[in-house]
Amino acid sequence: MDINWANVFDWMILLKCFVTGGIICIIGQILIDKTKLTPARILVIFVTTGAILGGLGIYKYLVDFAGAGATVPLTGFGYNLAKGAIEGVKESGLVGAFVGGVKASAGGIAAAVFFGYLAALISKPKMKKQ
Amino acid sequence: MEKLGKQTIKFNNPPTITATASIVGPKESQGPLAKYFDQTLDDEFWGEKTWEKAESKIIKETVNTVVTKSGISSNEIDCLFAGDLLNQCISSSFGLREVGVPFFGVFGACSTFVESMSLGAIAIEGFAENVVCATSSHFCSAEKQFRFPLELGNQRPQTSQWTVTGAGAVVLSKNGSGPFITHITPGKIVDMGIKDANNMGAAMAPAFVDTLITHFLDTGRNPSYYDAIISGDLGHVGKEIAIDLAKTQGYNIKSNYNDCGVLIFDKNSQDTHSGGSGCACCGTVFSGYLFKQLQEKKYKKILLIATGALTNSTTSQQGESIPGIAHAISIEL
Amino acid sequence: MTNPLETKQTYQNYVDQKSPNSPILKNCFWAFIIGGIICTIGQIILNICKERGLDTQTSGTIVSIILIGLAAFLTGLNLFNKLGKIAGAGSLIPITGFANSIVSPAMEYKSEGYVMGVGGKMFTVAGPVLVFGISASILVGIIYLIFNTQAITLV
Repeated sequence: MDINWANVFDWMILLKCFVTGGIICIIGQILIDKTKLTPARILVIFVTTGAILGGLGIYKYLVDFAGAGATVPLTGFGYNLAKGAIEGVKESGLVGAFVGGVKASAGGIAAAVFFGYLAALISKPKMKKQ
Repeated sequence: MEKLGKQTIKFNNPPTITATASIVGPKESQGPLAKYFDQTLDDEFWGEKTWEKAESKIIKETVNTVVTKSGISSNEIDCLFAGDLLNQCISSSFGLREVGVPFFGVFGACSTFVESMSLGAIAIEGFAENVVCATSSHFCSAEKQFRFPLELGNQRPQTSQWTVTGAGAVVLSKNGSGPFITHITPGKIVDMGIKDANNMGAAMAPAFVDTLITHFLDTGRNPSYYDAIISGDLGHVGKEIAIDLAKTQGYNIKSNYNDCGVLIFDKNSQDTHSGGSGCACCGTVFSGYLFKQLQEKKYKKILLIATGALTNSTTSQQGESIPGIAHAISIEL
Repeated sequence: MTNPLETKQTYQNYVDQKSPNSPILKNCFWAFIIGGIICTIGQIILNICKERGLDTQTSGTIVSIILIGLAAFLTGLNLFNKLGKIAGAGSLIPITGFANSIVSPAMEYKSEGYVMGVGGKMFTVAGPVLVFGISASILVGIIYLIFNTQAITLV
């Protein structure tokens, strides 16, 4: 199949993605520097915020606007979980609330577990030189 | 041995520091004090499979080195005082399990070096001819136990300190020609409510000042009596705080005071933020650098005050504050 | 000068004023640049998937898998922490930070064995993300169910 590279590198889409993703990261950076929260807590805040905004139907607009700029940050992971849960409810009611979220994010979670184990198998931690 | 004032012990027959030894890791080998250490490693594993094993090997080899340097055979050593930062002080007990000398495990967090020397000096006044005091720490094993995995892509705050990889050891003897341990001032636990585990200097500085001033009150000395007053691992942030705190209590220590954590790394080129920390920080800087200054008579009287943060990862996750401690030892020619 | 050691609160205030702050402007700049770049890489992969005729859901999953694999790989090569030191939130907040937080403890605890070391410690940092993320999504689902009464079928 031929790929239209002009569509792949549509600079307007990429710019919106870059700026949105960057701004979400700046919010995270301000949290790191101003609140002394640990990385795990910051990730939790982002994923939960994403799920709540996703549930309220707000995050969808950001995804429509910025694409990967909104889905790649962990808020996007939360949004994806919430979106999956809502779709699950539409499909199969209460059970869907439990199944839908993980189902929609299964690829990412499974990849993290699999690649995580693989990377740990083949490598050894090193001292930070800096 | 007699008690002076509230907390200080004066030795009537002061024990001699016969020999010292120090081994340090790769980062310390690039620091400004590199030439003073007995051995510098270029691999933080030192051929071992784990950091815990590497740390054990470092303290074991440091003790072997100090015994060899002292010229005393190992069966003339009456006992050994050692400790480190890892749970249940396993670096010391695993590293020294084959030494075959009565062993006292000591924990005082980063103040362990001076705590061991204090106990060793008391033992000499009591019954012993020769004792060995040793401590170790390792950046990687300490990060693993207290903070985050090494490969986690996080940023270290400006107030954070860098655990020194290495070990320091001394032989104390009943007979000898100095430098002598003339006084010890064991410190009280002081907790001023600091909770930030990335700002140990601030947590420990009040304990340092408490012990420092108690030492002066007990002995009737003042800061200018000493050529150098050296704290264990307050780092750059803690050092500034300590100078301020001492000043508000009427003691000006600015001119002759320094900190092992400030001395061991070059802050700018080594990116160690607030400086070094860990049991080995005070241990290696004294055994390497300070002891040579005493031998060369550049310093004749020093007051070494090792500082410790008596905390662990459970208490800091439970939101507890960090109790600090500082033990002082007066070393004179 | 008043004595900072008067109360715990005065000491805390004094310490806050004495402690150097993180270079927040510089950190935010790099977080923006590197975070932006990581998202843009994701967007390029997404666009390629779409060009190949894949649906949005599948494309998104492929983006996640590739970025997670890449981050795991960089962590294994001892490079991710160097990136993270500069980027801060720029590499933490994208899905790459999630992957790094899984791989790094797994590597760290390899010395404690492949089952309880690597397998057990894998989620020490990232575990809460899944716990809170999944729990929040279930709550969202249930709330959606309650507020859209027509949808209640319960099975």
